[in-house]
Order: sequence, then C-alpha cells, then structure tokens
Amino acid sequence: MPSKLLALGAGLTLLSAAALAQGGAVEVTNAWARATPGNAQAGAAYVTLQAPAGDRLTGVSTPAAQKAEIHSMTMDGGVMKMRQVEGVDLPAGTVVTLKPGGYHIMLMGLTQPLQPGQSFPLTLDFAKSGPREVNVTVEKVGAMGPGGQGSGEMGGASMPMHH
Amino acid sequence: MARSPNPTPTKPRLPPFVLLATVFAGLLVLAAGLLIGLAFRDQGKGVAGNPLSAAIGGKFSLVDQNGKPFTDADLKGKWQLVFFGYTHCPDVCPTALNDLSLALDQLGAKQKDVGIVFISVDPERDTPTVLKSYVESFGGPIEALTGSSDQVAEAAKAYRVYFAKHPRADGGYDMDHSALIYIMDPKGRFTGTFTPDDTSDKMATRLKKLLG
Repeated sequence: MPSKLLALGAGLTLLSAAALAQGGAVEVTNAWARATPGNAQAGAAYVTLQAPAGDRLTGVSTPAAQKAEIHSMTMDGGVMKMRQVEGVDLPAGTVVTLKPGGYHIMLMGLTQPLQPGQSFPLTLDFAKSGPREVNVTVEKVGAMGPGGQGSGEMGGASMPMHH
Repeated sequence: MARSPNPTPTKPRLPPFVLLATVFAGLLVLAAGLLIGLAFRDQGKGVAGNPLSAAIGGKFSLVDQNGKPFTDADLKGKWQLVFFGYTHCPDVCPTALNDLSLALDQLGAKQKDVGIVFISVDPERDTPTVLKSYVESFGGPIEALTGSSDQVAEAAKAYRVYFAKHPRADGGYDMDHSALIYIMDPKGRFTGTFTPDDTSDKMATRLKKLLG
C-alpha cells in the first residue's frame, strides 16, 4: 500500500532526525579570529555554536598557538578582567556566540602573527559530542565579526557586561 | 528583692567611635559617588567648574615606542585620547585602539589636532620595540608609552587607573585594568571619557563637537 509505505517512510525520517538530534552534533559557524597587531603574542578567536540537544564546550586546541583557552572578558566597574573558564554551556537549541566583549578563545604563544585572509584549524572539545575541528578565518585587526564586519557595538549576547 | 543586673534586655550599644567611623565612611562613599558621577557625565565642551578636571591627569615620565622620553608636557598642544592597556590583551585593547583610529579617520583635516596615547600597564613585557610593532597595525597617530614599573604606576595614579597582575595557572599572567579612554584637552585638562563599548561613530561625533 503506497500510503502505508509513505507513513513508514515518514516514520523512518522522523526516527533518523531524532537519532541525529540524539547524537547532537553541535553546529559550529562563523569561526573567525582577529589579525594580531605586530608581533603580539596573544590572539583571540570566536565561534558561533548551537547544540540541538544541548552540550558544553569544554576545551580548545590549535597548532596556531602554544596554548588555547576559553576566556571570559568582563567589565567590572570600568575595570577589564579576563579569566579562564572551564567551559561554556550550550543549552539545547540556543545560539551561543563567542564575540568581542564576551567569551573568546584566547590563543597564547602564537606560532606566527595572524594575518588577515589566513586561516588555521581549531579543535573544539564538547562534553557530549566529542572533538570537532573547524577552520578559522583571520579577519583584520579590530574586526568585530566575521566576513569583514567592521567596528560595531561590543557586548557578547552570551556574556552580559557589568557596568 | 535585689534588682537583677539586667532587668530588661537591651541592644548592645556600639561605642561612639564606631558610629562616627561608620558615618564618616558613608560620607566618603557618597563623595566618591558624586565625583565619579561628575567624571562620567558628558562634559560637552566645557571643563570649567568640573572638580575632576584637575583630579584626572598629572605628571608622568615614560618613554615612547622609539625609546624617546615622553612626559605629560608632551600631551599639550592637541587633544589627546589616553588609554591604558597591554599588548597581550586580545580583546578590549585592540577594539579600543581600532575604534579610536577609525574615529580619527572621520575627522578630516582636524585629525591633526587629536592624538592617541596608549600607556602599557605591563612594562615587564611591553618594551618600546614590542609596542612599536603593535601600534603600527592600527594606522592611527598612536604614541605608545612604557617605562619602569614605578613610572607606569605613577602615570596610572595620575589618571586614577586601576591595574593588577592576575596570575594564570600556567605561570603566565593577564592584567586587570581600567578600560576607560580619557579625553584630555589641548591644555592637558581632563574633559571626559569614552568607554570601550562606544563605537567609532559615536566617538567621532563627540570629538567633532569638542573640536568645534
């Protein structure tokens, strides 16, 4: 019966969608970094993450730097503070954007300066879905976003600034 | 029947000096709040009558990115945008320096009347050579200053800037630091502040108003 087959097909599609959601691969977009001024030893990379079933970013690594860590940046009474954080929660279905003025991936001991137009691999470790490698595009110094976005308002959506 | 020593329970009394000290501390907090309020108010063009115009800014003696001495006297003659930071700072410092450079780009011929001064709070790592290559990437007319830790502390104190080393687990360190940008007039008087959240457009609009 065609209608039964259709129903079966639809059922299988739903099942596979559910299976994918269970697997919960995190969607990683807009992986970008700022070009570094001069021979600056530290750089920052940013990504946009969405975990359909919820997950947690627990670590980062890259051959572009001796060390990479997840850092928060907060303004506390006009004082800028950067702190290493152990992870970033990714609630199910919520878009979490790492961006200037909020969380960043701190690259320490750059093997070479990051130049606009270059790219480098970055591995993101997720608590549930495991490691994931993405390609990070280097934007110009002081860029506020990927794809040549210019200077804009600071303030990460995922990281309220305290004034 | 003798009266008991404590017929009625009474609240323990604070010695008068504790009360006085509390009131005094309260007044200090209020005064500080008032001063901070004045500092962050948009100053428009005038600095007259602002008690902080004399309280922010002052003597310092540092070296620029070419190793030449640079003191507070060298600030005079043009508007100066003074920002404290360090080169190992990947987020707020490049944002601020980039925004300031972009703001100056919008000033046309008047750009020559404004300078940017970046003072390192991390003289241990920020030598003149390190600073030179760092600020060249921003395009703006940036004087990048450093010195001995005492000299940097003196400059920070003059601008009421807080900074502190924050050690990291791996033995390295980051610097916590005040991230305000101080607008100083051509006579070296404090006129107002930008914050790192201000866009370059907003900074340019304000600068045009100040430059007249």
